[in-house]
Amino acid sequence: MSHASSTMSTQSEPQIKPLVVGERMFNSRLVLGTGKYASMELMKDALDASGTEVVTVAVRRERLYNEQGQSLLDFLDLDRYTVLPNTAGCFSAEDAVRVARLGRELLEQLGNPGASWVKLEVLGDKKTLLPDPVGTLEATHELVKDGFSVMCYSSDDPISAVRIKDAGATSVMPAGSPIGSGQGILNENNIVLCLELLKQGDPDYPVIVDAGVGQASDVARAMELGADGVLLNTAVAHATDPVQMAHAMRHATLAGQQSYLAGRIDKKLYATASSPMEGAISYIPGE
Amino acid sequence: MQINLNGKTHETPEGTTIAQLIEQLNLADQACAVEVNKALVTKANHATHILSEGDTVELVTLVGGG
Repeated sequence: MSHASSTMSTQSEPQIKPLVVGERMFNSRLVLGTGKYASMELMKDALDASGTEVVTVAVRRERLYNEQGQSLLDFLDLDRYTVLPNTAGCFSAEDAVRVARLGRELLEQLGNPGASWVKLEVLGDKKTLLPDPVGTLEATHELVKDGFSVMCYSSDDPISAVRIKDAGATSVMPAGSPIGSGQGILNENNIVLCLELLKQGDPDYPVIVDAGVGQASDVARAMELGADGVLLNTAVAHATDPVQMAHAMRHATLAGQQSYLAGRIDKKLYATASSPMEGAISYIPGE
Repeated sequence: MQINLNGKTHETPEGTTIAQLIEQLNLADQACAVEVNKALVTKANHATHILSEGDTVELVTLVGGG
């Protein structure tokens, strides 16, 4: 293969650390939802393009076939993806615990390694879909007691995040902005504080920014702030071209992580020339 | 007898087990989880759990979600 110069990757592509969540390990730090795609085929292609290894699903009353007579499970490669069942749509701790148990039962039947974990959502309000901090905490306690590995959707409030971690959550997942809003990360300072407080004395504790992503740069930003991963759905599912957006999200995750690991320069008020002044033949004002 | 199945009244013979209900609904080859009166009944117990008049049954599966 001698024509490879234009497609050759650089020699020293850095090794990216895997994402470790409890006892699970993933090469991709992107978690993708499976909702709201125009078709199951499109979802399948977008998941593939994103490089994700973890996909979220919802538990719903028997509606085994969608309008086109298709079941989600026919389009999800259960050998490839670890399924993370959510408790979306639950407005009380009691309901969230019930749904989590049903999700575990389904994944045990399917023999998927996602059986023992749950993406816990206890919502406080239908319009904003913001989490109910009290119900979230109650459900976290209950599910941890029941042996679940709890991946917990939370607000970006750093103290709530710490309380959830203290209750035994495997990962706290603060929202960048409301679910499906596409507003990106509205309060970077809070995400930074969540990261600082959650990782204090426990630097490997996984923190995943969940919800609000609108475009690839939002993902890159979350990773640059030091998040361990990003969970998103609508930004891909409702993009004009979901597969292309899924590619973009994959690259953004890597770019953001590499940028974070590489260590950014300090911000300065004044310019610093990249070309030496010494030896310049031009007239330099003030010299 | 009548039970409440996924929010709707459902007629099923006396003595129906969960496994038989699933069979009647042609869902035997699908992944589905069952709750009776808000308590999970695991698959291992579907064949032996006999439903009673007035039971509230939730029969769920996985769908796309975020």
